[in-house]
Amino acid sequence: MGKRTPLYEEHLKAEGRMVDFGGWDMPVQYPAGIVAEHEAVRQRAGLFDVSHMGEVDLFGARALEFADELVANDCQALQQNQILYSPMCYEDGGIVDDLLVYRLEPGHVLLVVNAANTDKDFAWIEERRRKLFPDVEAKNISSEVAEIAFQGPKAQEVLQRLTSFDLKKILFFWVQPGVEIAGRKALYVSRTGYTGEDGFEIYLRNEDARHVWQAILEAGKPEGVLPCGLGARDSLRFEACLPLYGQELDKDHTPLQSKLKYWVHLEKPHFTGIEVLKREQEEGLKRRLVGLELKERGVARHGYPILSPEGEEIGVVTSGMPSPTLGKSIALGFVPMAYTQVGQALKVSVRGKGIAAEVVKTPFYRRSGK
Amino acid sequence: MRTPEELRYTEDHEWLRPAGKSGRMGITDFAQDQLGDIVFVELPEVGRQVKQGEALGVVESVKSVSDVFAAVGGKVLAVNQELVEKPELVNQDPYGQGWIVEIEIADESEVAALLDAAKYEPLQEGGH
Repeated sequence: MGKRTPLYEEHLKAEGRMVDFGGWDMPVQYPAGIVAEHEAVRQRAGLFDVSHMGEVDLFGARALEFADELVANDCQALQQNQILYSPMCYEDGGIVDDLLVYRLEPGHVLLVVNAANTDKDFAWIEERRRKLFPDVEAKNISSEVAEIAFQGPKAQEVLQRLTSFDLKKILFFWVQPGVEIAGRKALYVSRTGYTGEDGFEIYLRNEDARHVWQAILEAGKPEGVLPCGLGARDSLRFEACLPLYGQELDKDHTPLQSKLKYWVHLEKPHFTGIEVLKREQEEGLKRRLVGLELKERGVARHGYPILSPEGEEIGVVTSGMPSPTLGKSIALGFVPMAYTQVGQALKVSVRGKGIAAEVVKTPFYRRSGK
Repeated sequence: MRTPEELRYTEDHEWLRPAGKSGRMGITDFAQDQLGDIVFVELPEVGRQVKQGEALGVVESVKSVSDVFAAVGGKVLAVNQELVEKPELVNQDPYGQGWIVEIEIADESEVAALLDAAKYEPLQEGGH
């Protein structure tokens, strides 16, 4: 039996199909199905249990400075209650994880990391802390915190019914501590997400999670708000080209190769891995992530080989599926730099058969008005 | 889950509707439910000879890829071309419009070895 979130009983009640995900019992889908849940988020709103995500508190006068050493993005530029997304690298430039950095009150930073990486990340953070910032305190609070993601164009309107706090004041990648939702005081409400839509991530004490979950679903009934599982979470993030650790990101690729250059600030005085990334940037990348559109019927899955037009194996698919929103079969994968131009013809080996594909612009999906 | 009495089943969740020397086959209601939204069906060439239990097609959902195994050995007589444009028929009507291939029944004893509905029912586990 895997670990259970405080919303486990709610998933059973809603007939969620439970699967193992990084040691957690999580719903992959509910009876509505992945495509219906995906569409609910694109068109209305959907509710996700993301309590399995890891949270690490950093405390101390140099907490922000420590976070800035850990990650490639520029933490010093953050204002209080502002958030950034960043890759976190090993000294060799390989990716430990991707995460969110919340700059909270002075002397307090919150890191939100991937569920399957929480233990590994915390060990790494502790190792760096002991070596470089022994005056900072790091605390893994993952087991004490529940998290609900409420995503979609109707999310703000529905959530506003449950709080007197004006949610418009929480801007994209900003956080508000202590907002009361349905009578329960949330630890934090941030305008962030992993779907490519507008929406919120709500951090709660474990004992408040079920009440708030039920209240949002009830409030969203007129809009057809659905509970959504990990399947829709994956298809939504994939269309928006938000990378997934273990697929687009891992210790064997640098953030430059994984197309996260925008979140890598090589002009910073220092961060772990900067020397390797600077050298890579100067010498030129050997390979990079690209978006692919399949020109024939088929689905390019994680691990399928990418072939040159001549049929030589040159790369590998990291994620792929038929896009529910675009109606096309699309994929992400690593190829040598010579093959990264938009319009480049390639092939994907699907069960031994070379399926025609073309390099296309990413993200595949971007919400209008953004 | 529906498990029609007149059909024969495999342990891999295919069904066969024997009709004389041939039969249509597809995947069961349970199988389509487990796979979720089906987005792609790969069909075999008509005329291909397959052995019982040989993979003759592929059904893909948003999340997974699953082989379809021949319920009996014989020649592929027809394939359901409608699934090329409408793979969701497998979800909507697994025993009807969602049929996948029509296959020759070369050896009647292979049909006899398949499961009847009563024997297949208990294999539908792991759902909700």
